[in-house]
Amino acid sequence: MSEREAKGKIGVKELSPIDVYKLLPRTNCKECGEENCMAFATKVVNREVPIENCKPILKKEFEKAYKQLKELLKPAIKEVVIGVGDRAVKLGGKLVMYRHELTYFNPTAIAIDVTDEMPEEELLSRIKRTEEFRFEYIGQILKLDMIAVRSTSNDPDKFKAVVKKVAENTKLPMVLCSLNPNVLEAGLMAAPKAKPLLYAATKDNWREMAELALMYGCPLTVSAPNNLKLLKSLAKTLVEYGVEDLVLDPGTFAGDGLADTLNNFTMIRRAACKHGDELLGFPLMGVPMTVWLDSAGIAQEIVKWREAYLAAMLIVRFADILIMHSLDGWALLPNVILRQNIYTDPRKPVAVEPGLKVFGTPDENSPVMFTTNFALTYYTVASDIESAKVNAYLLVVDTEGIAVDSAVAGRKLTAEKVADALKASRIENKVKHRKLIIPGKAARLSGEIEELSGWQVIVGPRDSSDIPKFLQEKWQTQT
Amino acid sequence: MAGGKEKDEIVAGLKLNSRLLELLAKLQEIELEDFEMEAGDLEIWLQPGAIAAPTVVPPKVVAPPVKAKPTQIIETEFIPPVETYPGKVVEVKLGATRSEGGTRGKTVVIGGETTPAFYTFERPTPHPPVISLDVFDMEVPLAKAVKMHVKDVLGDPAAWAKLAVEKFGADMITIHLISIDPLVKDAPPKEAVKTVEAVAQAVDVPLVIGGCGDPVKDADVFQEVAETFAGERFLISSVTRDMDVERCAKFIKKNGHVALSFTPMDLNLARELNRRLYDFLPKEDIVMDLTTAALGYGLDYAFTNMERARLAALMGDPELAHPMSSGTTNAWAAREAWMKMAPEWEPRELRGPLWEVVTALTLLLAGVDLFMMMHPAAVKTVKDVIAQLMGGRSGNAEKLVEWVTVKV
Repeated sequence: MSEREAKGKIGVKELSPIDVYKLLPRTNCKECGEENCMAFATKVVNREVPIENCKPILKKEFEKAYKQLKELLKPAIKEVVIGVGDRAVKLGGKLVMYRHELTYFNPTAIAIDVTDEMPEEELLSRIKRTEEFRFEYIGQILKLDMIAVRSTSNDPDKFKAVVKKVAENTKLPMVLCSLNPNVLEAGLMAAPKAKPLLYAATKDNWREMAELALMYGCPLTVSAPNNLKLLKSLAKTLVEYGVEDLVLDPGTFAGDGLADTLNNFTMIRRAACKHGDELLGFPLMGVPMTVWLDSAGIAQEIVKWREAYLAAMLIVRFADILIMHSLDGWALLPNVILRQNIYTDPRKPVAVEPGLKVFGTPDENSPVMFTTNFALTYYTVASDIESAKVNAYLLVVDTEGIAVDSAVAGRKLTAEKVADALKASRIENKVKHRKLIIPGKAARLSGEIEELSGWQVIVGPRDSSDIPKFLQEKWQTQT
Repeated sequence: MAGGKEKDEIVAGLKLNSRLLELLAKLQEIELEDFEMEAGDLEIWLQPGAIAAPTVVPPKVVAPPVKAKPTQIIETEFIPPVETYPGKVVEVKLGATRSEGGTRGKTVVIGGETTPAFYTFERPTPHPPVISLDVFDMEVPLAKAVKMHVKDVLGDPAAWAKLAVEKFGADMITIHLISIDPLVKDAPPKEAVKTVEAVAQAVDVPLVIGGCGDPVKDADVFQEVAETFAGERFLISSVTRDMDVERCAKFIKKNGHVALSFTPMDLNLARELNRRLYDFLPKEDIVMDLTTAALGYGLDYAFTNMERARLAALMGDPELAHPMSSGTTNAWAAREAWMKMAPEWEPRELRGPLWEVVTALTLLLAGVDLFMMMHPAAVKTVKDVIAQLMGGRSGNAEKLVEWVTVKV
């Protein structure tokens, strides 16, 4: 029953624009770019603009109101910044437990590990591959975010040297990993202003780690594998000690213990989001690379496979940062795409404007094709047509942002819709022919489209990557 | 096109993939062996007390502390945030044994949840989600990574079903009656019945009867199958809004089967279709499919839709309190699952099945009870994860931090 409950403070769902409006200057000065203070308050509540866009509120006379607003708007999960400069990474900052309650902010950061005993060549190559990882997807570039430097040597000098090397070779933020404070301190001395994330404070070393975090102004990870009482106690202790930016690691168990892992992540996130437990309201760290612990004698592909699906489960179940070892594209690609999907704002339909799109300089003999207005479908088809360097018309039919096969199954793409879109586009004034190329996955609509529109239907390929070949073979022989 | 190079790749892919399968199958043993081997020397590294000797000198000139810093851990309680919910997902039984009026050797029960997916800190999951493997009644375009595992049984649904149950561990079989499609072969209902008969003879697991997507033809074929195999509790996949819902619900009820209520990613439409079915079918005879989109191709919609449906069911919405089925095979609609890409994303023989795994596991965590899947390695992985989540053992917490120093 109490999924809706939020003890102590106002949950994000309950926060209304009025709550924010009451504390604004209410002068309707428009400095923020909105028509009035109420419109601004609505956007602030929806997290579309930061409160700081209101310049007057930052003045001394509104200091108290500003402080109240900050408290009111405080996310359930604290936002913790790792690194400096334009590659700095924000972790957490979540307002809700489930993405449909608003949206998730700050996509799960992915850190790739290197060690202080790695040959230099391998080290540099891993840094380079991490930095250069990129995949273009619906007009966005998907990337990796951080380097996790592990001390496998437990030797302060070696660690210092490797941290120096990493800092010299990349601007990506670092996670410095060693349970030995002496080793971590040596690493920090090599990059004193880099603001890395420290890993980790445990029940045995928390004091020394806290001192390091304070001395170097770094966020600190708290590690207590499968022991939430200890994790919370350590968080409390460290907060009291003065360390404000924490990251929580309840332990990532790959095989045995997987159920505990999901339970722990879920319990922490629920306690923070639904019960206002501030000690657990910090970003969560998942470590899929724990799969490498028992990997001797197992084929590398299997271990990478396990690491990849463990990462996926953690992206879905609340992880704000992941530490991974595998750099293989086949293992990382599903995860960076999953991350993009889960962190897409569910309030915004992923659709493009329907209507007629023009490629190249089509004339009255150019092919006419259609697709749906699901953004991904559209961008994929558009890029395939562009790469074919053909002159063509592409009719984008409104399927409410659903892909071709789902739209056909769900009757969001019907012959009527296609016929209406053809008519509305006035394409008949632009081309002489009456031939419409339809997506292969919409083949079952062929007859009806012909009937309703009077156009001849040519069934195109099932995947738009075959469009260039299709046009070359089929269209040219047709005309 | 099938030049020497292509052929080599196929061979290489086959090798890699069968190796993966083999290794995945052995993984359980390997893990156990390792566990035993290393159980003795767990403590070698984990001696933070000894290492963390007092060499870090606390800096003397930091800003003056506002309050005294703690000198020992401040113990605090952690109370698991356990909730109770007014709603419960109905339990649906699939398949029927001879004594129950069918001929199946095995049956499964899905649903019955009283807590969100795998919130086992609240309550255990009553029934493990199950996997139904796809079998097609004719040759269909398949991704290379899938095809290599079923190439010997293509076009022979009975042999395919047998392979899926005996070798790939299928809990159920979905027989897709593609050939009945008026736009394909327009095979008559009698022929579909023969196909189902052959599959039902070949395997003794519960069956899902898959149509072709034509609302009129599907109803005709489903009726013929439902009547011929009365009492089997087959899952009829699917009943959609543009079918004659009343007719379908009646022959499903009369002949003792189960309806799969399919709607296109819209909870209101799902409620509406379920309400129409309630006029003829008890709740225990309905599973729902809210539409599965592939990773990268709308999985976020599918995930959130299912997560919302399950939370709504637990909050007491009876119209969504049905077990959920997912056409996870849709993962292969993503071109990244099957297409040859630049070398840094290869091999696709691993990328493809992983695509199916990630799609499945994402939806497992939203509450899916029945997965319709395709690739044997993906099936194996999802089964392993489900087994772990149903009540796996605890991990070794002492040893876990060794990831920091592990040499890979």
